[in-house]
Amino acid sequence: MNVDILTLMNLVDLLICLVVLVSAIGVAVHRNLLAAVVFAGVASLAVSYLFLRLAAPDVAMTEAAIGAGLSTVIFLIAVRKTRETEDGS
Amino acid sequence: MAVNVVIGSVLVALGAAFLFLGALGIVRMPDLYNRMQAGTKATTLGNLLTLVGLGLIEPAWMLKLLLIALFVLMTNPISSHALARGAYRAGVPLTEGSVRDEYREALEEHGEEVPS
Amino acid sequence: MKTLLELALVLAAAAALLSVYRLIKGPEAFSRAVALDVLTLITMPMMAGLALWVRRSIYLDVALVYAVLSFLGVMALARYADRGV
Repeated sequence: MNVDILTLMNLVDLLICLVVLVSAIGVAVHRNLLAAVVFAGVASLAVSYLFLRLAAPDVAMTEAAIGAGLSTVIFLIAVRKTRETEDGS
Repeated sequence: MAVNVVIGSVLVALGAAFLFLGALGIVRMPDLYNRMQAGTKATTLGNLLTLVGLGLIEPAWMLKLLLIALFVLMTNPISSHALARGAYRAGVPLTEGSVRDEYREALEEHGEEVPS
Repeated sequence: MKTLLELALVLAAAAALLSVYRLIKGPEAFSRAVALDVLTLITMPMMAGLALWVRRSIYLDVALVYAVLSFLGVMALARYADRGV
């Protein structure tokens, strides 16, 4: 059985996985909560592409709806009602 | 090879090149407003070219792809304009070499408060 | 034709990586919001290209849903900056 790993589509997947990794680390380390909300949106966008690549369009559609639309708006309302930066450690 | 596939392939390649150039512009430009100018305009064009090219390759999907393209064409200028306006009101500064700030002049002319 | 589609997808993924650089570096939160907008515009054609690559038209609906909802998210960010959600 000859599994070909080094295809162009796998290169695309690898780059998108890098995007997911970087934006997830950004969510964890950022003190500015508005920036963290934007990072979370990017992470859910890239994860949605990966779900689509794994042949699950329904899961990808749900991830797009929840991650991009709903959670961004809800996080923004929550940040507005509290403080924008997280101080202290 | 059919002629619509050739034209569609050329459009897809051109659109991907525009997407890359828009992302390059967002890295290279000095301040937020220049970034928005370079990023969203070039990327919108690349997006539209790619979608129309894919529709030419697969003519049965043309209607749905044109619907997506029309939606992007309608909403993306609105969102980038709202983002620029919100950033200006929040006091994001222009770059050093800027020579003119017409929004500030208009705000001063109408006697409204100017963000720092 | 298929190879060209794959090369276009690789180019778009490289563009996504470039705008992630701006997302990390961006001095204020609004530069990051612009990078989010550009990433949305890059990923939508990638989803459509993937739909052509596997020849399933249901994938296009994901791109359409994503277009609608990311517009909502960016508008919420802009309204947040202006005078609250």
